[in-house]
Amino acid sequence: MALRLATRRLAPLTFRRGMASTIEHSKGEPLSTVSEMTSASRPPEPPSKTSNIKDPGIDKNAKTKTFHIYRWNPDEPTAKPRMQSYTLDLNKTGPMMLDALIRIKNEVDPTLTFRRSCREGICGSCAMNIDGVNTLACLCRIPTDPAKASRIYPLPHTYVVKDLVPDLTQFYKQYKAIKPYLQRDTPPPDGRENRQSTTERAKLDGLYECILCACCSTSCPSYWWNSEEYLGPAVLLQSYRWIADSRDERTQQRKDALNNSMSLYRCHTILNCSRTCPKGLNPALAIAEIKKSMAFSS
Amino acid sequence: MLAQKAAQQSLRRLAGQQHALRLATPAAIATGKMFTAQRRLAASQTISEQSEMKNILTQQRLNRPVAPHLSIYQAQITWYLSALNRITGSLLSGGFYVFGGLYLVAPYIGLHMESAAMAASVAAWPLLVKLPVKMLIAWPFTFHCLNGVRHLTWDTTRMITNRKVTQSGWVVVGLSTISALALCFM
Repeated sequence: MALRLATRRLAPLTFRRGMASTIEHSKGEPLSTVSEMTSASRPPEPPSKTSNIKDPGIDKNAKTKTFHIYRWNPDEPTAKPRMQSYTLDLNKTGPMMLDALIRIKNEVDPTLTFRRSCREGICGSCAMNIDGVNTLACLCRIPTDPAKASRIYPLPHTYVVKDLVPDLTQFYKQYKAIKPYLQRDTPPPDGRENRQSTTERAKLDGLYECILCACCSTSCPSYWWNSEEYLGPAVLLQSYRWIADSRDERTQQRKDALNNSMSLYRCHTILNCSRTCPKGLNPALAIAEIKKSMAFSS
Repeated sequence: MLAQKAAQQSLRRLAGQQHALRLATPAAIATGKMFTAQRRLAASQTISEQSEMKNILTQQRLNRPVAPHLSIYQAQITWYLSALNRITGSLLSGGFYVFGGLYLVAPYIGLHMESAAMAASVAAWPLLVKLPVKMLIAWPFTFHCLNGVRHLTWDTTRMITNRKVTQSGWVVVGLSTISALALCFM
């Protein structure tokens, strides 16, 4: 952290981050300094120091499993985050992690807070870090080995609103910054639809399916350290979705907006993004395609 | 904004009061007595523009903890090799500068850094010391070279699928170890 601050101060003006993404953010605004002050992330109290709340209905035939879950309550802002343990009977719990969380909230501890909506991997609300990997709780099976405890954290290096709820303000701002909509000046020739050939349409496969759950962006170490200015894999995948769209007429402007040291080129092909995507998409490939097209055009 | 709201409100009043207006005296309309019952006295708060919202966000962020990241993320060949690539790169370039600098000043401080002298002194070390030291220089070199090829391949958008990334990662680890050992025994 100290090193990063130092390089920022020492870097000559030309190497400072040219910003295309979140313009409103960078105007003499103390947000970035705040993030650096506090991002010495407060490590949570380990489960050994907190209590274990048990499923009330555990009997002899129970197949128990322990879940260590990150807790932090904004009503006690000075309190350290802690890992709360819950032991559930898996025979009475659904197969997915989200089922376990809902069961804890319903039957064991109603104060546990998390986002969820569709429970079938289409809304992207329940994105969290489960056993060290970012994924959607609703698509993640509870590992059946009862001896091993599962650990659930909010999405890494996000501000925690409460328990497993991360603050995605910056993520959505960045999404807005890439103008995720069709931009055309000329009306369609037949006055009705903007048509596309089958091959042109096929280029959008693997891009349009993204549900913006932020799993990939928050798995990217580069995004952890530079989320103020680096757009991150999810938003870059979306950016490529519009660059690759044959109907869009602002391809060059879109590329120009990414042509600075931070927005795109903070991707160092770490590839955690593709590894973690719960929808099986490949943000790393989309970013490589953008880089390639930038290198070969103009 | 305000003017728009005022216009909207008076339009609503007119729409609602059509019937009553016909019966009202002109004086009552002029003084606005007709409309007192329609007025909504809710206190509203204007959160003006970006700055206010940003202040709220800043205040919240001061309290909010940052979720744990490096320490909890699962060890995976993707990000571990990427980190190693950077570490070996820094070691090699740092080492190059240190060695180069020493080589420049060696004659003045009486250091013997000629190839023949260094080879002779290293040859005198026992194997148990020689091998780890050589490996410490050879492995970062071979790993960084081979992994660099891997990164360059990705820049051409080839081999950038989960399966191939994992495979090529292990291939690079294996090849770099073998070639580093080969360099050590040369």
